[in-house]
Order: sequence, then C-alpha cells, then structure tokens
Amino acid sequence: MLSVRNLAVGFQTRRGFVSAVRKLDLSLDKGEILGIVGESGSGKSVSSYALLRVLDAGGSITAGEIHYSGMDLRAISEKDMRDIRGREISMIFQNPRAALNPIRTVGSQIEDVLRRHAQASSQNAREKAIEALQAVKINDAEKRYHAYPFELSGGMCQRVVIAIALACNPQLLIADEPTTGLDITTQKAVMDLVRDLIRERGMSSILITHDLGLAAQYCDRIMVMKDGEIVEQGEPTSLFSQPSHRYTRKLVDATPREGDSIRALLPPEARTPEPARSLSTDILLDVQDLTKTYQGKSGPVQAVKGISLQIAKGQSVGLVGESGSGKSTTAEMLVRLLDPSSGSIVFNGQDIAGIAADDFARHPLRSDIQMVFQDATDSLNPRHTARQTLAEPLKRLGRLRKRELGSRIEELADLVGLPNHLLNRFPHQLSGGQKARVGIARAIALEPSLLILDEPTAALDVSIQAVVLNLLVDLRARLGMSYLFVSHDLHVVRLLCDHVVVMKGGEIVESADADSLMSNPQHPYTRELLSAAPSPPERRISARV
Amino acid sequence: MVTAITSRQCRAVLGRLAQTVPVLFGVVVISFLLTRALPGDPAAYFAGAAADADSIEQVRESLGLDKPLPQQFLIYLGDLARGDLGQSISTGQPVASDLASRLPASLELTLMALLLSCCLSIPLGVMAAMRPGSAIDHLCRVVVTAGVSLPTFFTGILLIYIFYYLLGIAPSPLGRLDFIYLEPDRITGFYLIDAAIARDWETWTGALKQLILPAITLALFTLAPIARMTRAAMLTALSSDFIRTARAAGLTERKVLFVYAFRNALLPVVTTLGMVFSFTLGANVLVEKVFAWPGIGSYAVEALVVSDYAAVQGFVLAMAVLFVLLNLCIDLLYTAIDPRIGFDAQ
Amino acid sequence: MNQSTPPTALDESVLSEAQSASNDTGFGAHLLYVLRANPVTLLAFVLFLLIVACALFGHALAPYDPLATSAGDALQPPSAQHWFGTDSVGRDVFSRVLVATRLDLSISIAAVALSFVIGSILGGIAGFWGGWLDSVLNRILDTIMAFPLFVLAMGIVAALGNTIENIIYATAIINIPFYARLVRAEVNIRRDAGFVRAARLAGNSKLRVLVIHIFPNALPPMMVQVSLNMGWAILNAAGLSFIGLGVRPPTPEWGIMVAEGANFIVSGEWWLAVFPGLWLMIAVFTFNLLGDGLRDMVDPRKRT
Repeated sequence: MLSVRNLAVGFQTRRGFVSAVRKLDLSLDKGEILGIVGESGSGKSVSSYALLRVLDAGGSITAGEIHYSGMDLRAISEKDMRDIRGREISMIFQNPRAALNPIRTVGSQIEDVLRRHAQASSQNAREKAIEALQAVKINDAEKRYHAYPFELSGGMCQRVVIAIALACNPQLLIADEPTTGLDITTQKAVMDLVRDLIRERGMSSILITHDLGLAAQYCDRIMVMKDGEIVEQGEPTSLFSQPSHRYTRKLVDATPREGDSIRALLPPEARTPEPARSLSTDILLDVQDLTKTYQGKSGPVQAVKGISLQIAKGQSVGLVGESGSGKSTTAEMLVRLLDPSSGSIVFNGQDIAGIAADDFARHPLRSDIQMVFQDATDSLNPRHTARQTLAEPLKRLGRLRKRELGSRIEELADLVGLPNHLLNRFPHQLSGGQKARVGIARAIALEPSLLILDEPTAALDVSIQAVVLNLLVDLRARLGMSYLFVSHDLHVVRLLCDHVVVMKGGEIVESADADSLMSNPQHPYTRELLSAAPSPPERRISARV
Repeated sequence: MVTAITSRQCRAVLGRLAQTVPVLFGVVVISFLLTRALPGDPAAYFAGAAADADSIEQVRESLGLDKPLPQQFLIYLGDLARGDLGQSISTGQPVASDLASRLPASLELTLMALLLSCCLSIPLGVMAAMRPGSAIDHLCRVVVTAGVSLPTFFTGILLIYIFYYLLGIAPSPLGRLDFIYLEPDRITGFYLIDAAIARDWETWTGALKQLILPAITLALFTLAPIARMTRAAMLTALSSDFIRTARAAGLTERKVLFVYAFRNALLPVVTTLGMVFSFTLGANVLVEKVFAWPGIGSYAVEALVVSDYAAVQGFVLAMAVLFVLLNLCIDLLYTAIDPRIGFDAQ
Repeated sequence: MNQSTPPTALDESVLSEAQSASNDTGFGAHLLYVLRANPVTLLAFVLFLLIVACALFGHALAPYDPLATSAGDALQPPSAQHWFGTDSVGRDVFSRVLVATRLDLSISIAAVALSFVIGSILGGIAGFWGGWLDSVLNRILDTIMAFPLFVLAMGIVAALGNTIENIIYATAIINIPFYARLVRAEVNIRRDAGFVRAARLAGNSKLRVLVIHIFPNALPPMMVQVSLNMGWAILNAAGLSFIGLGVRPPTPEWGIMVAEGANFIVSGEWWLAVFPGLWLMIAVFTFNLLGDGLRDMVDPRKRT
C-alpha cells in the first residue's frame, strides 16, 4: 500500500544543510499498524511530514521514492497532493490543543475538511461534522460542535484532531506522538480509540512515538530509528526478546517495566550492584493537614486539601498523580517556595510551615531542603555557565571562598558525571542529559538531607532517563539523602522509592509501601493508573539481574 | 453555551469600560496641572493691554484664578460635568464649539491616512511573511523603515515642493478646500462625505485633492508599524501547529492562508492599529501645521504658543477621550474576532 | 566512601551527549553571520559609525562656522564651496547640518537613557511583585499612553519652559511606558521560571533574584527597544523644535532648520529644508534598521 525507498530529507539552516533523514526504507500493508520508535532528533517526525510533503520551511526531500497505491507521491503536483491529504492519508499531531485553530469552532474545522474533499454539501455539513465527532466518542457532540478548542480538555482536543483526520475516511493514518502532553489515563483512552477506529475501518496506520512500550502495545510491527536511519525492525515480541542492534537493546533495557530493578535499565555491562544504604526509622519530615487555597476567578480553589505524610531519614517517598492532582503544589510548599494555607511541616523537629517563603531563603535550614526541577533547560539561567550555576548556592549559602569554590565545583561535576571541560558552557551549549546533571549537582551542592525531585526525567529521552535515575540512586547512597520523588509515572517511581503516595484532586487516595502498592493496589484510581501504563512485552531472560 | 460566551464577553467589555474611568480621571488631572504650569497670566491677557493692576485683579477673581489650586480643580470638574470647556483666549469662542468645528477636519485626515496605510501595509506584510528572507521581504522592510524614519513635517514639505512647486499638479497647500469651491453643507463635517451627500462632485474632487498630500504624508509614517506587525503576526500564525493540521487535512492554500493564518494574525494587528492611531493623532499636529489644515492639531499649537490654557486643556482632553473611545472600539472588535476574550483575561 | 557509579554507562552517554550538544558558537561568530546574511544590517552599522563620527568630530570637520552669517552669500544653491547651499542669512547649510548632529544625538541619548533606567525600575518592580503595585503602575502608564504622545511632549515643554533639558525630560517621559511595559512583560514571564526558583533555593533574596538573575535576561529585547527608540526620540526632538518648542535659533538643529527652510520651499529654494531633513531621516533610518538587525540577532527563533 505504501512503500518508501531510500528517502532522504534535509533542512537548510544557518549552519548549512543538515540531513535529518538519511536512508529510510519502509513498506506498509493494508490494515497494518506500523510503529516508528526513536528518541529526540532521530528523524522520526520529519519522515512522517515528508510522506505528506508538509515539511517545515527550509526542509526538502533530497532523494528517494514514495509510492502510495500506485502513485508516486514525490512526482505528483502539489494540487494532487492536496487531494490526497485528508482524503487518502491523514495525520494527527502531538500537542492537540496547538494543533487546532484557536479561534474557529471545532465544528467549522471539521466542516472545512469535509467540504474541501466534497464529502459534504453546505446542507449536510453540520450533520456530518457531528457524526464525525460522535465517531470519536465525544459526548454531547451537538453542543461540542460549537465549542472552541480552549473550552475543551487536552484529551478532548485530541479527539477532535482525530475526528478531523478521519472525517473523510482516509486509508492511512499517520499519528505523530499523539499522546505527548496527555495524562496517562487519557493516553490510554486516546490510543484505544485510535486502534479501534483503525481496525473498524480497515485502515493502515503509522504510529510515531518515543515510547517503546506504547508502540509494542499498539503496533503490529516496530521500526527503531536513530540518527535518521532505521536500525532495526520486527514484531514487538521478537524485538523485545531478541533485539539484535546495540541501540535497540539499549532502548529495550531502558524502558521501565514491572519487576525489574533500577540497574536493569542500564546496558548489562554497566549493571554494577546497587549500593547499600542505611534506612532509619527517625522521622525527617512530618507533614500534617497541609492545605493550599488559591484565590481563583470564580472564588477560592483548593489545590491541596489537607494531606499528611512522613519521610524517614534516608527514605525515598514517591508522590504520584496526574496533572491537577496538586502534587507540584505540594512539592513547592515542602521546599518552602510557596506558603501553605494551613497545616504543619515539621522538618528535623522544627515546624517550618510558619516561616514565610521569602524569609526562608535566609534560614539556616535552607541548605537542608533542596529541589531538582522538572525542566532542566528552564531551571538553568540562560546567561550563566554551568560553573556559575553551581557556584551560586555555594557562595550564597555555603559561604565558600574562591579557591575552595573551584575545587568544590569540580568535585560536584565529578560526582554527577559531568566532564570538567563542560563547566564553562552555557545551557544552550549543553545536551538535555548534561543540563539535568548540572541541575542535580546544584541541588546536592550543599549536601541537603532532603531532596525534592519534581519529575526530573520527564523531559529526557528514555536512555538518558535510565542513566539519570541510576545516578540519583548512587548519590542517595553516597550522601545519605532522603528523596521525595514527584512523578506521574508509577513505574518510574517504583524503581527508586520505598514508599509511594498517590494523589488525586488535591487529596491522598492511597499511601503504601512501594512493593505492596504495585502488587496489590487498594484504591480504584491507583489500579486505573497502573493498568493505563503501557506494559512492554517480556525481554530476554538473560537481561534480568 | 453560546449565550454563556456572550455574557462572558459582555462582562469583559464592561470590565474594560470600568478600567477607562481612572485613566480618564488621570488625564483630567494631568491636563489641569500641565496647563496651570503654562507660562503667562491669563488674567492679564483677558483684561486687555490697557488694563491696570486693579482690573487685572478683578478679571482674575471673575475667572476664579485667585482661589487655591484644589478649589480651582473642583470648579474645573464642575464645568466639565456641564460640558463647559471654558473660553479660548485667542478665538474668543467657547473651546467646546471650537473643537467641535475643527475635529472633523483632523479625523477626516487621520482616517484617510490610516485607510491608505492599511491598504498598502497589510498586503505588504502578508507578502513578506509568505516569503521570509526573500527579496520582497527585504524590500518591504527597507521601504517601511524608510517611511517611519521620515519626519512627517519634512515629508510634507518635500511633497509640496515636488507636487505643487515643481510639477504643479497639487493645489496650494492651504487648508481643506480651495477658495474656488463652496464649503459643502455641514452634516458630518467630513467634506468628502458631506459633498457626496450633496452630490456636489466638483467640491468632492476638490476636497480630495487637498486631502491627498497630507494623507500620504501621514500614511507613510504609519506604514511601518502595521506592516511589521502584520509580517510578524503572519509568520507566527504560519508556523503554528494548527496550520500544519490544516495543510495535512488537504485544505487549499487560500483557505489555509486567509481563513486559518490571516484571521489569527489579525488579532495583534488590530491591537497595533490602536497604537498607530494615537501616533497619527500626535503626528497630525505637525502635518496640520505644514499644510495649514484647520484641524484641532494646529489649533492646539496656536493655543500653546499663546498659553491659551482653556484651549490646550480642551484639546488634550478631547484627544484622550478620543483615544479611550478608540481603544474601546478595538477591544470590541477584538472580542468579535477572538472567542477567548474574557476567558483568560485577568 | 564507596565509589559505585557505573563508569561505563556514564562515560558512554556523556560522550554521545557531548557530540549531540550544539557546538560552541561565540557571539562574534553569530554577529558575523547575521551581518553576512543581512546586507541591510551591515549598511546600518556603517551608517551608525558614520553618524557617531559626525557627532564626535562634526565641529572640527565643518568647513565653515555654523553661526557665521554673510549677507552676500545668502540663499545660494549647492555648489563646490557650499555643498548644501547657504541659508537666508548666508550661513553654510552643510556646516550647520554636520554640527547639529551632536546636539540631536545627545538629546535623544539622554532621553532614552533616562527612560531606560526609570522604565526598567518601574517595570521590574511591577512585573516581579505584581499585585496592587502592578495595577497602579498599569493605570499610570495607561494614562500617559492615553495622550497622543507627541502632544504630551508638546505640553510638557510648553509648561516647563523652552530649554534643552525640558525636551529631554519630555521625550523621556513619553518613552517610559514602552520600557516599563517591555520590562514588566519580560520579568513576568520569568518570574516563575525554574532558574528563578532555583536561585531562591540558593538563598537569594527576592530583590537579588530580580536584579541578578531576571533582569539581565530581559536585556536583549531592551537593547532592540533602545535602538528603535533612539530614532523616535530624534524625530520627537526635531518635531518639537519644528513647531517652535525647544531648541531656539540660531542654534543649529535639524528640526529648526527644516522649519526655517519651509518658508522658502514654495519659492524654490529647496536645499534649505531638504538637506537637514534628509540628514535627519538618515539618522533615524539608521537607528531603525539597527534595531531591526538587533532583533534578528536576539530573536531566539532566528537563532536556531
């Protein structure tokens, strides 16, 4: 049905011509769902844009052939290509809210496509658009017809994007990271919907994703892409059980799954034994009835509704929840950047909830509670080098002099595995993983006893996530820190934490020992979270540690 | 749902209206203070050249100028509430009627200039955005930058020199209508409209001829902000994700460009228009002086030179009210284009 | 201590990360690239240097005394002796135009510097602390912006008196809203950025965070604004002089010279108004193009 041979795509940039896709061969049968998996910069999204010839400015196909149902898609005119887009081949995108025209009702946007491809006349366009909305299981489709994208949730927007893509019954659907930015339960709902619709209509599909587990769950065949080339392809089970390429192996290893230890995320040769650490029963942090109320437009909004939790010295606690659960607000309050509305935060026997966040900056306990931020790029001052960034807490709170400062910074860099020559670079000259290391080094600079980690790996590729998570495990053992690990991903939290707290709507719904929570979840929401996460197939037994 | 949006938008507009109250009050205060600081003694002026100290004192008392400033301000507020802007020293007429008779001249000029400017700059901006980095983009940039760099008073003089002195195709740059034509009956005060209503096409042509040079002068000055904003907004819109969605759905390039990109790009452009209008009103002062245009700008300059404080106050107030009204119109327009208004506004 | 970091994995990933990280490109290299890619900006840089040279050495370079009258040489068209001709009292227009550069430039630099400083402080405070401070400042700025700005400048100069300092103050006041708004917006978007929160965790007071961490990041767009504003400030000062407010004759100043020349244009003596007007336009043009060029340089979207 679709066959691509030797496809090469490049971009004209200020540094000259950059090749994004080098040599892509691909064939897709009718009714097949093909997954293309790769990390950022692998060229997976660019390839899909090239198929539809909707590359960004400066991009062009430099070589290769694309044949679709006997048509040469590279040779046909732009006008014919437009007839194919939406009619024969459709596409859905990441970040669904941005993918919709913000000032046009969703109904009109669907009608535009229907009428463009003569699937509806002006009389029945409305009716057909509502049918399209119903097809993607949008409740109250007649009402939603008049809605603007900003009035809908992210998951709902993605359904509308799917409705637009499927309105004209195309034969091939290309889905480019369709669930990025969506909560894990929404992700499952959207993916199930897409799969069901594709099967129902006998369509073919290409799913582009960074998540090997997701691809394995929904695709018939997976291609692994790296640096613009396909390195390996095969059925999900065989790919997982017998990955032949080194990179595939690394990806398979780095994908977290039930039952594996944290070291299993790393390549076998790097799997040193986990360092021993001492757990004490002394309570380091005791939080009681913590609440936070914001003054919203329509009255007060309670973001955190009275939560209590304890962290013992050396213990790691995971705080899990989806967007809007109040987990980030809680973390901000505990790190004393935000004043709680009520409740107590007893740290090492001292109640610090009453100290205003502004004053806490000068408090002796400031260096004892530190945080690693979610987005490493955003958390580094763009005008400071890595060295300046690390010097900041050491100078302000550590009161280190010049000579001590230099050696301490280099010591920290060694500790987090950041080569010393990178210390003089600015954030934009560092890679994502390196920036994450700088952020971690800054947080541990003063050897805090409590480190709050706010989704520290959410923005990282899975192979880098594996390395960073292991680094965190090692640092914890060396420095005897307690962690509060905030995340949306139960499978990641489990790897690192002794105890897990699940939040929903500002409340704690379940709090239990990590192992028992995973094996025997009590609350329905915890169960929902667990079942929504994609479960990758078993991998080779020999990979187990 | 539809009604819900409308009431929300209504609230947003009402909130916007409420915001203009402190602004208007601030304008009144500033204009009051500013004009009291003007040099010269209005009492001496009104009393006439032959007056002695006593009669000046008398006039001062009758004008209320002997009272303390806060009290003068209250009196001024009271007068304002009655629509009394005071008497102009130089014309001897009530300021309100002076302004009313001269405002249409300024507005006709300003609106004509903005119309000209929009007709040119918006297409230019769109074309530049469609091919960023191309020759047309660079050309557009240089042309509009040159336009905004031209001092309006200089452009006016240059145009007069070329089209009146050298080529002789423009009428003499003295006012709104050559003396050979009769003023059309005043209905709106806009000569072009009044003449059209009277079906007096000769006068209409005559008025247009007078209008064209000052309008071009002003338009040149306003090309840049509008064209630049159009280009930037269009570039942003065209690089948005939803444009890719529209393209991937096979929509025609025309639909993508005009219905999807351009309508979104229009939002910042409309905002810029408000700024530009204010700029144009300011630049008007200079252009009216060059072309002897009997608008409120030249009125204000004359008043300032002789420290005619009531006239200056009235002028400043009229300008500010005009500006506030205009911004309100723009907000209403914005509400009509953007359904999100009132939703994420504070 | 138990050195247990898995060395192989870390080293390997660091290596590959280092390769994928962008190469070091200094600002100089970037500047060169922008200038090469954009000849218009290059032109603006050359013109800018020329104007600065005129301001610095204008008095020395002028062939005649800009104030010396000579009744016999009145109203002479441009010639080899008098490149830009002479005015009604026989002063050399070229010398006057050249010498005026310093005055016009000084006025605008002083005014822009003043509004830069005041606007930055106001905008920084409003953007960082928000709340009622922000609301009050916004209302004040709205009030200033509700006047047609040139008219406000006219009023201020007329009220305070006809001096060069007052032109500077007036020009500064009408420019403050632009800086205050810009800084407010730039500070506001960074107020809750990760690096700002991190700076507070490192023990910085709020004021220190604002001054050391946030403000420097707002500087690039500010510099663009400065360049664009310079042109506008020059136009403004010249405009005020043109209507008789501000610099007084016989001081050489572009606005006055155009005003004086305007009387002669209808009788065909074009050079009196055209040369100072053109010079003025070129100066403003240069700053506007420069601002545009700077915008290209600091625009992150164009930098990738």
